[in-house]
Amino acid sequence: MKAKVYVTLKSGVLDPQGKAIHHAVETIGYQGIADVRQGKYFEISLDSSMTEEQARAEIERMAREVLSNPVIEDYRVEIE
Amino acid sequence: MKIGVVVFPGSNCDHDAYHVISKVIGQPVDFIWHRSVSLGEFDAVILPGGFSYGDYLRCGAIARFSPVMQAVKSFAVRGGFVLGICNGFQILCESGLLPGALLRNRDLKFICKHVNLRVETTDSPFTQHCQLGQVLSIPIAHGEGNYFCDPEVLDELIREDRIVFRYCDSEGRITTEANPNGSLDNIAGICNRERNVLGMMPHPERASEELLGSADGRIIFHSLTATLRELARA
Repeated sequence: MKAKVYVTLKSGVLDPQGKAIHHAVETIGYQGIADVRQGKYFEISLDSSMTEEQARAEIERMAREVLSNPVIEDYRVEIE
Repeated sequence: MKIGVVVFPGSNCDHDAYHVISKVIGQPVDFIWHRSVSLGEFDAVILPGGFSYGDYLRCGAIARFSPVMQAVKSFAVRGGFVLGICNGFQILCESGLLPGALLRNRDLKFICKHVNLRVETTDSPFTQHCQLGQVLSIPIAHGEGNYFCDPEVLDELIREDRIVFRYCDSEGRITTEANPNGSLDNIAGICNRERNVLGMMPHPERASEELLGSADGRIIFHSLTATLRELARA
């Protein structure tokens, strides 16, 4: 089983790295790019000791407590 | 009195803090390895600057789970004094001992230079010997010092007089130009509601001896030790 966690900055939070990337791609010639925001992606491999519901609960907790900072970030968990 | 300097894997300003307390301020000081779970013998604890755990995941995000941080939390709840400098401030925010978070500097560059700080409150063990509005020249050295919090938290900090330092120009004016990293409201340092925990991005331990260009930071350590002496007498 694999868990995928996406951590992104909350919409009110300044993302200067995203802005820098936006600037860079525009300079290269990409058109129609309104905004770029950078986030983080974690892949967590789980052994067979958990059910999917248990895995989701554990990974949601991990995302909330460790992988993201709730002051400035949102998270999303996918289990497959 | 005894002051402790916590050392995390990757801390690199621990020796500077130790040196200032020991040689400049002249008080007993000891290092505290991050696996320590007891702070009983200390009156104040410094979380020093550096790159604990390589800033992996987020600055201070992993240090916050070090065994010593449970002890630091209880210590702070008991009224012990905690000074978080730079990475120490980041760790205090990640651990919830202080509100808000430190983001990447607005202009993305790591900034290493002397800045001016205005003392915004003297109602603090760390600034009680300062004058209100006093300008201190203290160096910063950080890539993630952009203080951020929700509007409600900012209101609370202002209402409760918990913004301790703001970035200012040499005349003490709070301006955008004087703000090196885009920090909300030019915030350079804040304290908790009980006022025994202070987090600041600039490095007062690098501005405690004239030889290093400014000794303006020394007053912060003097204020702290004066507070500890007063408490010992009471």
